[in-house]
Amino acid sequence: MDYIATSVFIGLFLLVTVIGFFAGRWRSGDLDQLHEWGLGGRRFGTLITWFLLGGDLYTAYTFVAVPALMFGAGAVGFFAVPYTILIYPILFMVFPRMWEVAQRNGYITAADFVKGRFENQPLALAIAITGLLATMPYIALQLVGMEVIIAALGLHLSGFWSELPLIIAFIVLAAFTYASGLRAPAMIAVVKDMLIYVAVIAAVVIIPMKLGGYGKIFSSISPEKLILPHPEGASLGGYSAYATLALGSALALFLYPHSLTALLSSSSRQVIRRNAAILPTYSFLLGLLALLGFMAIAAGVQSNPAYAAGFAEFGANFSVPALFLDSFPSWFVGLAFAAIAIGALVPAAIMSIACANLFTRNIYKEYINPRCTDAQESRMAKLISLIVKAGALVFVLSLDKQFAIQFQLLGGIWIIQTLPAVMIGLFTRWLNGWALLAGWATGIIIGTGMAASLGFKGSIYPLDILGYMLPGYAAFYSLIINLALAIILTPLFNMVAPGSKGRALEGCP
Amino acid sequence: MPEAQETKPKGRRWRPLYLLFALPFIAMFWVSSYDRIEPALYGIPFFYWYQMLWILITSALTLFIYLVDER
Repeated sequence: MDYIATSVFIGLFLLVTVIGFFAGRWRSGDLDQLHEWGLGGRRFGTLITWFLLGGDLYTAYTFVAVPALMFGAGAVGFFAVPYTILIYPILFMVFPRMWEVAQRNGYITAADFVKGRFENQPLALAIAITGLLATMPYIALQLVGMEVIIAALGLHLSGFWSELPLIIAFIVLAAFTYASGLRAPAMIAVVKDMLIYVAVIAAVVIIPMKLGGYGKIFSSISPEKLILPHPEGASLGGYSAYATLALGSALALFLYPHSLTALLSSSSRQVIRRNAAILPTYSFLLGLLALLGFMAIAAGVQSNPAYAAGFAEFGANFSVPALFLDSFPSWFVGLAFAAIAIGALVPAAIMSIACANLFTRNIYKEYINPRCTDAQESRMAKLISLIVKAGALVFVLSLDKQFAIQFQLLGGIWIIQTLPAVMIGLFTRWLNGWALLAGWATGIIIGTGMAASLGFKGSIYPLDILGYMLPGYAAFYSLIINLALAIILTPLFNMVAPGSKGRALEGCP
Repeated sequence: MPEAQETKPKGRRWRPLYLLFALPFIAMFWVSSYDRIEPALYGIPFFYWYQMLWILITSALTLFIYLVDER
């Protein structure tokens, strides 16, 4: 075990723990109100929203998995860049409207909006359950990211105690989320993001200097990894896969409950629009980070016996931790690893709060205790945030990690099926609620079927149109079917059930 | 809620200006235009620096549209 790195790591971890507990007092509100605990009172300005969304969207798992994909699969891993380019025009055009309608009607979840808009209970429930199912494996993945870092520090305890550091980190997370609500990840995100920027910028300057420049790094990458393979014959090959992965992921991102929670916590629609312009700094950071995967290849960390155990356990996900251990002095390794581990706490906290909001508002208050008081509602949300996180921990500790990864992959396919009701629903109420529900169900079934046909190992479905191959992201293809069905069925349901059309809302005509 | 807000405030109406947002979508979907090594920049293949450049372009574009819109 490296004592210096571990001390720096633990020191920074303690610092954010303290911050997390004090956060509840910051611009304090009545935490017995769900929008105070679960949305930070909708008070965050441009800068805090920038930190919060940055910490929320660019998670620890992203920081480990994107370079790992570059390390293992090459250029296709760089789809994270077009993906994080395309999310911001979507954010700018669509989500200020969501903020407005939520603020005027007191909504805290997408399912709240759908319920108000389409007055269709089953559809609102479908949206809520999709959000819960898509987010839970995502929390589990944050813990997987943290596990890699803890192992890289050499905190390997044996037997029963081997998972102790992860459990401690997790208890800390659960406690400050419970006590402070969304204010905790907002404040911690400020520290974490500054650490991440320092770590990544130092890495992309210093490591290439050690390895003899970017030219040397790229020349050590095999040609089939360096760029996408050019399509051959009657197929768009890797090109349609790359583009649909980017677009499908971008369309799905703000449908995730944790993204929406962070968005709704901002203080005005202008804050969201400004953030669409300034959040790409994180995309740039992610692009640089992706290149660390290639640097890990160039540095030859995989053939270094010191890291053999890590690679054996975590595969390509160990490439970036190994690169840092290989390139930096202990104190800096401690700082960089703390940045990634704290980077897991922020989104995990927001995700569990988002799940809590969804369950409490759209299931508990809707079906279990409709006449609950504000304080009861808030207390239930705090409790659910604990249960959700405990579930994620049990998931990670008891099941194969591969299962969490596959489940998260399915989550992306499922969450995008809420797009017609949530995003298109913001602009038109032409679509019928029952038609949307039918489209949603079909999209889920077909998307899951596509993933199953790939053995749940990937999400690129080889679509064959009259002998021409268009490999593409299963989420994207199943969304098209979902949307087409919703459009076709709308006139039909309008005839069968005339009273089932959507209605105008405050801030959303 | 105040009922007097009959005229739509800034940035709430659809404007032709927003069509500029089609540019990053076209650029990123046109994969064959950037799936190449040359011209490299400081040893970084075109594929990588060109997509990174589009992060900056899209950010500047968004800022431009925001400023025009809120004026």
